[in-house]
Amino acid sequence: MSILAVKDIEAGYGEVQILWGLSLDLQPGKLTSLVGSNGSGKTTLLRAVTGLIKPTKGSVTFDGKDVTKLSPHEKAEMGLVLVPEARQLFTDMNVLENLEMGATPKGARAQFNQTLDWVYTLLPRLKERQSQITGTLSGGEQQMVAIARGLMAKPKVLMFDELSLGLSPLLVINLFEVLLKLKKEGLTMLLVEQNVQMALAVSDYAYVLNNGRVETQGEAKKVREMESVRTAYLGL
Amino acid sequence: MILTIENVSKRFGGLLALDKVSLSVKEGEIFGIIGPNGAGKTTLFNVINGVYPPTGGRIKFRGEDVTGLQPFDMSKRGLARTYQVVRPLTELSVRENVTVGACFGRENLPLEKAEKVADEVIDFVGLSTRRDMLAGKLNVAQKKRLEMARALAARPIVILLDEVLAGLNPNEVADMLTVVRKIRDQGVTIIMIEHLMHAVMNLSDRVFVLDYGAQIAEGTPQEVSNHPKVIEAYLGDPKVAQRFLEGSA
Repeated sequence: MSILAVKDIEAGYGEVQILWGLSLDLQPGKLTSLVGSNGSGKTTLLRAVTGLIKPTKGSVTFDGKDVTKLSPHEKAEMGLVLVPEARQLFTDMNVLENLEMGATPKGARAQFNQTLDWVYTLLPRLKERQSQITGTLSGGEQQMVAIARGLMAKPKVLMFDELSLGLSPLLVINLFEVLLKLKKEGLTMLLVEQNVQMALAVSDYAYVLNNGRVETQGEAKKVREMESVRTAYLGL
Repeated sequence: MILTIENVSKRFGGLLALDKVSLSVKEGEIFGIIGPNGAGKTTLFNVINGVYPPTGGRIKFRGEDVTGLQPFDMSKRGLARTYQVVRPLTELSVRENVTVGACFGRENLPLEKAEKVADEVIDFVGLSTRRDMLAGKLNVAQKKRLEMARALAARPIVILLDEVLAGLNPNEVADMLTVVRKIRDQGVTIIMIEHLMHAVMNLSDRVFVLDYGAQIAEGTPQEVSNHPKVIEAYLGDPKVAQRFLEGSA
């Protein structure tokens, strides 16, 4: 039984349609990757799933309920949480305040202290930095804050859009280590990531998108060997 | 060579957007430029057609040094371009928009002749039924065609196409590809930036790959799409991923 099921979804911006009947399923406790070239529809899919844009067709089922028409905050309340591209932090607030902003769902607010301890154990650097203004942190640290803010919402499914974009190779490795830790804790995750090799290396399952459709899917280690991944990005 | 770029660099403050890029384009070919986001592709176009001067290096067009010339001057010399984000004159009709392109092109036409050229070009790109519509009322695909028509009305020898397929649905892409081929068949040299890989790989005679402002590969579509550096630029380094996997196991 999948925890998140997207069925035949169509979505876009104004008159530009991006997703053309796309379906995917997330299995609980698994890390699933969404890969595909620019414009293939990865971010649009995350937006349609979270409700930041309204799908024109198809459905999103989360935790057994049809959530297609719910707003992003209602879905966050249910445990469907996004770590957005380019982080979108409150850069004038300190680290702890950013984490407080993540803990807005009712269940998460009640368990704030426990969750914070857990997040700080996972990302000890953030504890050291908790009173620092977020905008003054390095890019890698800010990305850690974005992940931590997502975790503070006590997600059942955590989605990442472009986790490592713009970060140095060493920081990329650090972020993927965090993903592996979360995977060990049994968190269900959906990862959009431009470093396809790294994404497929850590994932259980992967979808390759092309022109707003699923081109290939399968166990990540099999997808990694497939020629179709290269052709999805490079055309030949 | 109809266009030669020698060691062209462009710096924005602390960011080196183009790092000694050199390339040569042959008359009559379709020359594709690809690269990950932020690689410097549009900056390269901006330097070629004079939106900004390069920080270093030289640009030669038809044997003349044109480094630092302004876009209107480049257009008069026969180098036209389309922009990724189209900005037609929304309160003017399609015909009037294209006429402006013809007035300030290579032939520097008087109004009456420019209108005639505009009509021809509008037919050529398949916008005849929208000739008198306000440009602001066109849909995305039609705006892309208008952008193409404006550039073609300048009667270019070389045309730079910046992502003319972006935002189009599969049918519209197919139609646009037909237009691109027709332009080439007229003898116009085409340099195109494109993210839609199957399109650029199928159309181009040669493909040039930028990453972080520098050339990483150049060759036939087949050569480029199998080039290890290109694969790494688009997909990440498989060796690093493997080491990570082994290290964390």
